[in-house]
Amino acid sequence: MDFEVSEFQTELADGIRRLCEGAFPLEEIRRTESTERVVDRAGWARLGEAGVFHLCLAEEAGGVGLGLAEAALVYEELGRALVPGPLVASHLAAGLVDGADDGSVVVGLVERPVPGAVGTSSLPVVVEHLADLDVLLVLSDAGIERLEPASLDATHLPRPMDPLTPVWSLPVLPAGEPVAGPDVAGWWRRDGAVLTAALQVGMAQWACDLAVEYAKGRVQFGRPIGGFQAVKHLCADMAVRAEVARCAVQAAAVTVDQADVGDADVAAAGAKLLADEAAVTNGRSCIQVHGGMGFTWEVPAHLAYKRARVLATQFGGDDALAESLADALAAD
Amino acid sequence: MDLRYSDAEQAFRNDLRAWLEATLPGLPTKPSPDDWTGRRAYDTHWQRLLFDAGYAGVDWPVEGGGRGSTAVEELIFKEELERAHAPYVGVNFVGLLHAGPTVIAEGTPEQRARFLPPILRGDEVWCQGFSEPNAGSDLASMRTRAVRDGDDYVISGQKIWTSHAEVADYCELLVRTGPEDSRHRGISWLILPMDSPGVDIRPLHTIAGSTEFAELFLDEVRVPVANRVGDENDGWRVTMVTLSFERGTAFVGDLLEAIELLTTSVALARRTGAWADPGVRRQAGHLKAELDALYALTKRNVSQAARTGIPGVGGTYFKLAYSETRHKLGEFSLALLDRAGLAAHDLEGIDGEGLLPAGTMVEDWLRGISLTIAAGTSQIQRNIVGERILGLPKEPQAATGRKG
Repeated sequence: MDFEVSEFQTELADGIRRLCEGAFPLEEIRRTESTERVVDRAGWARLGEAGVFHLCLAEEAGGVGLGLAEAALVYEELGRALVPGPLVASHLAAGLVDGADDGSVVVGLVERPVPGAVGTSSLPVVVEHLADLDVLLVLSDAGIERLEPASLDATHLPRPMDPLTPVWSLPVLPAGEPVAGPDVAGWWRRDGAVLTAALQVGMAQWACDLAVEYAKGRVQFGRPIGGFQAVKHLCADMAVRAEVARCAVQAAAVTVDQADVGDADVAAAGAKLLADEAAVTNGRSCIQVHGGMGFTWEVPAHLAYKRARVLATQFGGDDALAESLADALAAD
Repeated sequence: MDLRYSDAEQAFRNDLRAWLEATLPGLPTKPSPDDWTGRRAYDTHWQRLLFDAGYAGVDWPVEGGGRGSTAVEELIFKEELERAHAPYVGVNFVGLLHAGPTVIAEGTPEQRARFLPPILRGDEVWCQGFSEPNAGSDLASMRTRAVRDGDDYVISGQKIWTSHAEVADYCELLVRTGPEDSRHRGISWLILPMDSPGVDIRPLHTIAGSTEFAELFLDEVRVPVANRVGDENDGWRVTMVTLSFERGTAFVGDLLEAIELLTTSVALARRTGAWADPGVRRQAGHLKAELDALYALTKRNVSQAARTGIPGVGGTYFKLAYSETRHKLGEFSLALLDRAGLAAHDLEGIDGEGLLPAGTMVEDWLRGISLTIAAGTSQIQRNIVGERILGLPKEPQAATGRKG
């Protein structure tokens, strides 16, 4: 047993971090705020070239043949850089949708609402990134369907909660062309939860780093505010939360890769639950440390908080995840 | 990142499991919690069994007489003991986990030969005299004074939180040998025989009603200078060195106990019907996620220690997160008992299904409170994370080098 990140894995993650610093600097990303399109095609292709989307695809299928553990490390870096776009959907679709693997085709994913599900009446279907998509996939227990984004009669919502996640609404999702069955849907839910959780961990860490940097430089009462316990302890809790969630996410990814070390579905649900909480809470704390400036668009603290809220709705919300973990406890 | 155990690790586990299966049924009945003579006998007998089987000091280096196991084997050792419900380390805690490793690292050959084997065999029990009524979080402000008189130190002062003092043979004692305001530069580490004249013990009841705590009053107690470990006034460093023996496994037994308590709580919730409440189920699910994540963090810490021999920052992260989760778990199980939790002992349910585990749960809830206080409060831990890991500015050190 050796649960330490290997040298190779560290190098892989470092490479993606450098790529993001070059291809997705925050000031560039922010140019597309509140527009209909946030996916930079050239940047997306560079991610494809770097293997981000086909990392887990078998070598004979043109992929890199690595595990979800490596993908989770890569996605943590994408989260840390706040890279916008349907990153997880394109990874899952590699091998199923031509061009998803090399980043030449941008694939989105939306969950098909279950008719009559508690608390969903009156609510429209909301789809992210529609204008950027070449293909929209629909996930349900029955499997995966394919829709042509242009064919949808969707309404663009001009003021999205996250300025870097444009959204559309439509009353109902039409039936699409079935492209995969329930087995694939099952592992997409599991792997999608782990990779989304990895993005959340990256953002939780980013929010912590941003808050710490600000707390060191901002002076009030003649001292950097990070010297006051009230602020210092907020920062310490952010660091702890990110690290605990990181371990959960990496353990879940390894549990997917290695048979017999645990229940991968349970590990994925737990990881997503904690990573959502870490990203949301750290985003909120980061705003708090920034005080009044945190309430403005002048500092990017709000971006992580809002994106965390977006990702927390994907591949299982808190209540659904907690219920699935409770089911696992009751089955023991 | 690899969560699979190697063949050698699996073999270590299988051997240990077989030994536990053969050995545990032969143990005597557990003494009552306040029968300290009985508890000492029980715990030291268990230590002797471990010694005879080659499992004493599994985490001690070979040169100290231990097994010199890897950090991963330590993890397996603690997992298997907890799984088999083997006795807790009990009164041997300070000797095995603190005083012994300190003597290994800093003691003279004579001190090692004299004090280490009896700890491993369960012949001698140790307690700890570090904190004082006025030196808690600020340990370096301690005042218990040791004055040289020929070949002896003459010690006067008061210590507190001295667990198992009434059954201990020796105490690892921190004393002030430097000037009054010398703080961490004027402390020495001494071995105090507990039967020395002038040592007075007053038991303290813990919040859970148990009596393992004590205050220690020292009135002109004479301790030979030969009982000093490390140099005079170098006791602070000597104490810190021991912390490097911590390889991330300190809370493994405790964590596995918590996982079991969650299972017991879920069984109780299903029995009482509380499980029909989505709020209860979600709380349970959330606790499972947290405990599983803490287990993963433990494995990360152990893996780092196995590679580098040095514990990383993960131990501090673990303690902060775990103490909070444990508190939530305590509150969760207490709520399930509703008013039956007003009894701090197991009581008969009215469903004919036997006892309700109120005793375990109430005690656990109360004991859990100590986790946010002992070995550095959560507030001190957050200062450590903020200052040493995140590099935030330090607290004002008004007392440093001056009278505090």
